Amino acid sequence: MNPLLFAPSGAVAPVTADFSDDTWWIWVIKAVAIIVFLLTSVLIAILFERKVVARMQVRPGPNVHGPFGLLQSLADAMKLLVKEDVTVKAADKLVYIVAPMIAVFCSLLTFAVIPLGPAVNMFGHITPLQLTDFPVAVLYILACASVGVYGIVLGGWSSNSTYPLLGGVRSTAQVISYELAMGLSLVSVFILAGSMSTSQIVSSQTQVWWFLPLLPAFVIYIISMVGETNRLPFDLPEAEGELVSGYMTEYSSMKFAWFFLAEYINMLNVSAVATTLFFGGWRAPFIPADSFLQTGWWPVLWFLAKLWFFMFLFVWIRGSVLRFRYDQFMRLGWKVLIPAALIWVVCVAVVQGVRQFSGLDLRTTLFVLAGVVLLGLLASFAIPEKKKPTGPKRPPGPEVIDPFAGGYPVPPLPGQVLPPSPRKQRQAAAAAAGATNDAGTDVPQVTQEVHGG
Amino acid sequence: MSAVALHSALLTSLTDAGTTTTAEAALFWTLGPIMVLAALGLLFARKAVHAALAVVVVMISLAFLYVAQDAVFLGVVQVVVYTGAVMMLFLFVLMLVGVDASDSLVETIRGQRWIGLLAGVGLAVVLAGVVGRATYGRPTGLDQANGDNNPTAIAHLVFGSYVFAFEVVGALLVTAALGALVLTHRGRLAPHVGQKQRADARVAAGGVLTPLPAPGVYAKHNAMDVPALGPDGRPLEHSVPRVLRIRGQEADAREYAARIDRVLAGGGADRPVVAGGPEPTPPPAADPSAAHHGVPVPGAATAGAQDQEEHA
Repeated sequence: MNPLLFAPSGAVAPVTADFSDDTWWIWVIKAVAIIVFLLTSVLIAILFERKVVARMQVRPGPNVHGPFGLLQSLADAMKLLVKEDVTVKAADKLVYIVAPMIAVFCSLLTFAVIPLGPAVNMFGHITPLQLTDFPVAVLYILACASVGVYGIVLGGWSSNSTYPLLGGVRSTAQVISYELAMGLSLVSVFILAGSMSTSQIVSSQTQVWWFLPLLPAFVIYIISMVGETNRLPFDLPEAEGELVSGYMTEYSSMKFAWFFLAEYINMLNVSAVATTLFFGGWRAPFIPADSFLQTGWWPVLWFLAKLWFFMFLFVWIRGSVLRFRYDQFMRLGWKVLIPAALIWVVCVAVVQGVRQFSGLDLRTTLFVLAGVVLLGLLASFAIPEKKKPTGPKRPPGPEVIDPFAGGYPVPPLPGQVLPPSPRKQRQAAAAAAGATNDAGTDVPQVTQEVHGG
Repeated sequence: MSAVALHSALLTSLTDAGTTTTAEAALFWTLGPIMVLAALGLLFARKAVHAALAVVVVMISLAFLYVAQDAVFLGVVQVVVYTGAVMMLFLFVLMLVGVDASDSLVETIRGQRWIGLLAGVGLAVVLAGVVGRATYGRPTGLDQANGDNNPTAIAHLVFGSYVFAFEVVGALLVTAALGALVLTHRGRLAPHVGQKQRADARVAAGGVLTPLPAPGVYAKHNAMDVPALGPDGRPLEHSVPRVLRIRGQEADAREYAARIDRVLAGGGADRPVVAGGPEPTPPPAADPSAAHHGVPVPGAATAGAQDQEEHA
């Protein structure tokens, strides 16, 4: 930590990136490059996800089309393109067709403000690797995301069918609850960086990446970004075990492909936002800021590495966590994430406010903070622990239970064992009888398995 | 303020002379008709969701106009808060109405229309009065209005000049939310029945805990009307679908039971038990004639066996 970390906001310009040298054709190049990048990334992401999940489930994954199955996504895309495009007769035609377009269009907007790298020389013009930036760029990202959800909601409604409608309703509730937590977790970054412009936030992370001092906010963001993109374990709008395919049940061919595309682009978007706001953007760790690796085109590589780290996180979570039940999901959002995010924002705001208005230096503030935490810790020792209801003393060793005690058979809990089966009892009795007859033979040892230790 | 790509095209529109640029005028005359049409759509749309969509169009167009007038923060926050959260809540409620439902035009409160009309006219008069009497100062230009940058300038206004008004509005909103919670709260009359309670009740009731056996399992035929055989060889009547049982289309369980009894007693299914004590059932391989009783064999032998069954 150093004094630069909590620099007050007044001294800096609202936007760091300098676009003054841009011409219209540079804009066009950047915009086209972003779209091409997103579309190819989606193709890669689909294959990446299937391969990684497959390895996690100890199977090879797609490996037929092309070398190592590299052309699998392409084959999938072609299949979707040439499939029959079914339009439901009872659907609300206009909304039904517009909905997937809204989803894709909004997902394409976010990358306009993501800084992929520092200023580079592009055909003689010095320009930042970012289409545009303005003082409220991160809010703009939130706005695009919230409009993009209309695609899902309207798609679910206009299909005029039960499962899509349920998916749409779930999606509305989900976006309202998780976008609050997401927005609040971003606020602490705004407070420390002193800006809502993405380039400014990246340049504020020269010394330390924000995920370290703002760890609670980072954790909340990671959870809510998974909720925001409707991915497992939060994929309730399309829960295939409950709602067939949720809001996209009645969509086929290209219209379905658009929803699919939007979902993967949204994954890339939130990963890019996490990279930019918490992981230092395009900066590489442990390399001095004036090194050649931190200038020119090199940082694009670091940015992509971080982006794909978050994409891997998505797949990893999908591969290891089960889907939430809807009430558990809502409870997590409203009773855990939002209060935690609020408390954290207040804490950060108080510390920053004290620093800025009292003129205390960082060392004093941190000492005071440490004192408060220590005091709280000491006070927590003074509070008597809640008495646990003490059950009857259990004899040492595994407990033998009567599995039919409650009227129906139950499996043994950790530390419990079932009594030996009647057959084993008979065997033991026979062995015991044999032992009395013939003391020389070995009695077979009957072992019991203790479940779960 | 540093140059921003978007701004240079559209923004810094109002000069300190009080005139707008051509770009902003073009934007206004494009978005204006769209907004008016969408606003009319709100009034005349038959489906509630279409009306909500019309409002969304108005809101987003309005956000564009805000951004064009250098109020970037206001424009973006308008989309985040109103389009993203408030209209989403509206949609949440409207979606429960269903796609084919259209608004009912029946007055639920008598005279509602006239009262509404009167209130509307009153509001229009008040607004016209306020707007007509308003006086404008000399335009200073957006660069000066925004000062350092747009969010900072807004923060100075909200937390400086108008902090009291905002606090009052905030208190009002909290009161409204609390009131809504209190008024719609419903105490629990009966104890909560959870998953565990349901499971316990099911066991205590003593019914079948497992799925019912499928008809025809281990029976001689696997038709829907043939009861499955339990582990003791007895037919399980509840394996036959309830509908068939009620209609009386079930195969005769007693006949099957009798046949099984004969098999268990050591005789063939279709021939009576030989008097003089139980003879052990020979293994199928040892006695070719007995093999037919358990396993249907395709071909002539099966046809013969079926004939026998029909006679039996």
